[in-house]
Amino acid sequence: MDTNRRNFLKVAGISTLAGLGGTTIVNRLIAGVDEAHAAAAAGAEMEQKAAETIRYGLVIDIKKFQQDPSLGEKAVNACHQIHNVPKFPEKRDEIKWIWMTHFENAFAESPNLYQDEANQTHLLPILCNHCDNPPCVRVCPTKATYRYEDGIVGMDYHRCIGCRFCMAACPYGSRSFNWRDPRPFIENINRDYPARTRGVVEKCNFCVERVQAGLQPACVEAVGDSKALVFGNLKDPNSEIRQILKEKQTIQRNPSLGTIPSVFYIV
Amino acid sequence: MYDSGKIIAGLLIFVLFVTIPVWYNRGSAGAVPDLELPKDAKTCVLPAAEIRAEHMKLLNVWRDEVLRDGERGTFEVDGKQYQKSLMLTCMKCHTSKVRFCDRCHDYTSVNPYCWNCHLAPVE
Ligand code: SF4
Ligand code: SF4
Ligand code: SF4
Repeated sequence: MDTNRRNFLKVAGISTLAGLGGTTIVNRLIAGVDEAHAAAAAGAEMEQKAAETIRYGLVIDIKKFQQDPSLGEKAVNACHQIHNVPKFPEKRDEIKWIWMTHFENAFAESPNLYQDEANQTHLLPILCNHCDNPPCVRVCPTKATYRYEDGIVGMDYHRCIGCRFCMAACPYGSRSFNWRDPRPFIENINRDYPARTRGVVEKCNFCVERVQAGLQPACVEAVGDSKALVFGNLKDPNSEIRQILKEKQTIQRNPSLGTIPSVFYIV
Repeated sequence: MYDSGKIIAGLLIFVLFVTIPVWYNRGSAGAVPDLELPKDAKTCVLPAAEIRAEHMKLLNVWRDEVLRDGERGTFEVDGKQYQKSLMLTCMKCHTSKVRFCDRCHDYTSVNPYCWNCHLAPVE
């Protein structure tokens, strides 16, 4: 009995001390985490070497979407159809992987009081930027969202616990949360691709299931030969996407945040 | 022995009571589920005994290889190429979830959550 009490007091005392010295301990823990990160980074360096040859990116030509507004619809429908993205009647439940929006929503860092008419009246597509330095990946406690070596930021719905840290971290609002069971709201189910369940976050996956099998993303395919969307390897200096980036001036969404998006816009 | 009659009667009732599941399900409980096997496919990706015991582990391995490591290549069984996929491989032969997956899962009272997201073929 006595020794038990002694042990209890020891533990209680140590806990109190820990509580008082909380900040130091927390600082130490953070230092520990940093070390762990450093170790992981060292291991990842090998992988990184292999990854140095591919980084997928997308160029979006805003002018082409202005000239032919049906392109936007085609791209959005193709993506949402092939990936079983549900259509909820209520705006607050909305799930979207790619959608059309106004210039000032997409490029909040470039406000312009005297915007040109075309940008004022027309919409442009936005989607996950597949950031090279993705904050969503950094905050995800379960690694349900992660970056492939080829630069695609993917989601593993098996692991997602629905904490929505990633939604808070993503500065582009690229992610949607399934507040309700999406299954009854999927029009034309595609039985070659899974759906999602209530309580997980989802977003554009850069068509990883197609791209890693050698196909083009569904939205790119949907706009056909218009070249309104061009997908390719940013690390290959001879790729079509690099040629376009060389010839045309492009902008990225909120570049000052340092997320290094892989999606570029020709204004 | 005092009250032997009461004790023996009590014991008898007790034994009958605890064996309710045995005699209540007599005859029916042992029936092994009758699975509907694919008509045209002759081989599975693993021998029957192995796939029966290990399919859940195999599906997890496939999931991790495809989704996390991006290893989306196919594998060959008897000269045919297969993808590492529940929906694109398993369910293309086993076209009825109700008459295949569910029969065993119901019998063994397991409730896998695969189907919360993955889509079974139309029946
Ligand atoms: S756009 Fe948002 S969701 Fe996509 S990679 Fe960047 S931070 Fe993550
Ligand atoms: S909601 Fe899912 S993907 Fe997002 S941070 Fe939480 S576990 Fe990760
Ligand atoms: S890349 Fe694929 S997932 Fe992303 S918006 Fe286009 S079609 Fe949808």
